[in-house]
Amino acid sequence: MWEQIRSNQTRSAVLVAGMGVLLLLIGYLLGMVFFDNGLGGLIIAFIVWGIMSLIAFYQGDSILLGLSRARKISHDDNPRLYNIVEEMKIASGLEKVPDIYIIDDPAPNAFATGRNPDKAAVAITTGLLQKLNRDELQGVIGHEISHIKNRDVLLMAISGVLLGTIVILAWYATRLMFFGGMGRSRRSSSSGGGGQIIVLVVAIVLMILAPIMAQLIYFAISRKREYMADASSALYTRYPEGLASALEKIAASTSQLKSANQATAPMYIMNPFRKEGRAASNLTSTHPPISERIRILRSMAGASFADYEQVYQKVHGAGKGVIPASALALSHPAGLRAAGAEAVSKEPDRTERVRQTSDLMWRLGNYKTITCDCGTKLRVPPGFKEPTVRCPHCGRSNPVV
Amino acid sequence: MTAVWVIIGIVVVLIIIFIAIYNRLVGWRNQVKNAWAQIDVQLKRRYDLIPNLMETVKGYMKHERETMEAVTKARNLAQGMTSAGAGERGKAEGELSSALARLLAVVENYPDLKANQNFLALQEELTSTENKISFSRQYYNDSVLKYNNQIQMFPSNTVAGMTGFKAGEFFEVTAEEERKAPKVSFS
Repeated sequence: MWEQIRSNQTRSAVLVAGMGVLLLLIGYLLGMVFFDNGLGGLIIAFIVWGIMSLIAFYQGDSILLGLSRARKISHDDNPRLYNIVEEMKIASGLEKVPDIYIIDDPAPNAFATGRNPDKAAVAITTGLLQKLNRDELQGVIGHEISHIKNRDVLLMAISGVLLGTIVILAWYATRLMFFGGMGRSRRSSSSGGGGQIIVLVVAIVLMILAPIMAQLIYFAISRKREYMADASSALYTRYPEGLASALEKIAASTSQLKSANQATAPMYIMNPFRKEGRAASNLTSTHPPISERIRILRSMAGASFADYEQVYQKVHGAGKGVIPASALALSHPAGLRAAGAEAVSKEPDRTERVRQTSDLMWRLGNYKTITCDCGTKLRVPPGFKEPTVRCPHCGRSNPVV
Repeated sequence: MTAVWVIIGIVVVLIIIFIAIYNRLVGWRNQVKNAWAQIDVQLKRRYDLIPNLMETVKGYMKHERETMEAVTKARNLAQGMTSAGAGERGKAEGELSSALARLLAVVENYPDLKANQNFLALQEELTSTENKISFSRQYYNDSVLKYNNQIQMFPSNTVAGMTGFKAGEFFEVTAEEERKAPKVSFS
């Protein structure tokens, strides 16, 4: 039975339930303080939670993609990226290829979203597309696809909404208590006696502690899912080194993602808010330490879940598993493959990838690209009305098609 | 009287367990079938890409007639075997894979060809199709392994035996290059 409780899914469920209990507590105390009636507070908490859940469920992915100014691409926009996503979709056994979005940002990062595997999307930044070779990109996409396959996106949305509701309720409640609720509480204390004061004290303490606790729980859930996604990516690609070296490149980058915020942080493959030169303490981070993730991936003897679990336990001490018992039971030996699809083809190098990516971004901005006879590429903005454009190098005039 | 009810109860529970196991077996078998269809899609895609590749390469590679013919031959042979079993087919596809790899290796000697946009696009598609074939093969073999385990393990093996579930066949591509890749496992 303890084996079962050690399993990850159960633990995630317990953690989410813990957040739910926190929310109920807050609602109840809110009601006791403001209406002398716990039920009223519970109803308010439930309504706030319900509205936020509905928004997150139906609009969450478009809000997230909109906030990060992501743009959808098709196969012809970047065949390499599209093919890699398709490859990982096949390896994971997903039914449908997720939509692919590009974020114009030099900070290398990626995230997955969508409430179920049929409506899923992966988004990656142009920085990532430029920096990673095929094996590395495969590792990252494998990680994101496994977030979709394992339904992590839904889990993180549920716990994110709970966290948000707790934070909002606690924020408004403390303000109301300090500025508006004093007269009311004095009046009611004459009728309620000392019990009311105890409730008030408990309420204040809880309003301060609950958001912090909820946040810690949220981070704990997120970290577990990251390990699981790393293990799945290794299994899909049969090449943990790809993801390891991608994580290394991402960690080495100094630029911070412009369009991320605290709420969306757990969605990314790498915490967008880590501070340079300071090791984030384990408790207050959405992601496990990057050096540890890389170390585990590099020490794997094979590509199966059991191999990952083995190394994880070596790092964290025996008995502290990260892969659910149900997944381990189905785990079977999986060998590592040799490096590189480059055996078959030559991989575009860094310069070529940068060129391709910038071409893609111009095209997505509706710019036309005309190649002059002298070899110069002319970018024509979407509002350009003239029938011809003059090449600044050789002076030839090129027709605008 | 109670004894009768107890027996009826046991029988009902057994029937429910039987149905549950049977349905799960059907689920596994469908996953195997579905995974096989995925491989098929990718193999067909490769048959379609090869004539395009030959057309593009023809103008540049004057001295590689033999390598090119080997690819075409292997392709036609593999395409003719689409209705064969997983084992037979794996051998033919393996031949095609290695013939293609040989062709793409000699491309290195033709800088003009390597700069051709059409060829680069085709090469990306071919590389990816090769990857997709191996990933779908990997998923198929994983599915077969899980399915076969279910068929052989108690108690699902009794249900499988009674209702005629047959073990799935692994899809192994037996090309020389494939065998050279190190397969390490300690679990």
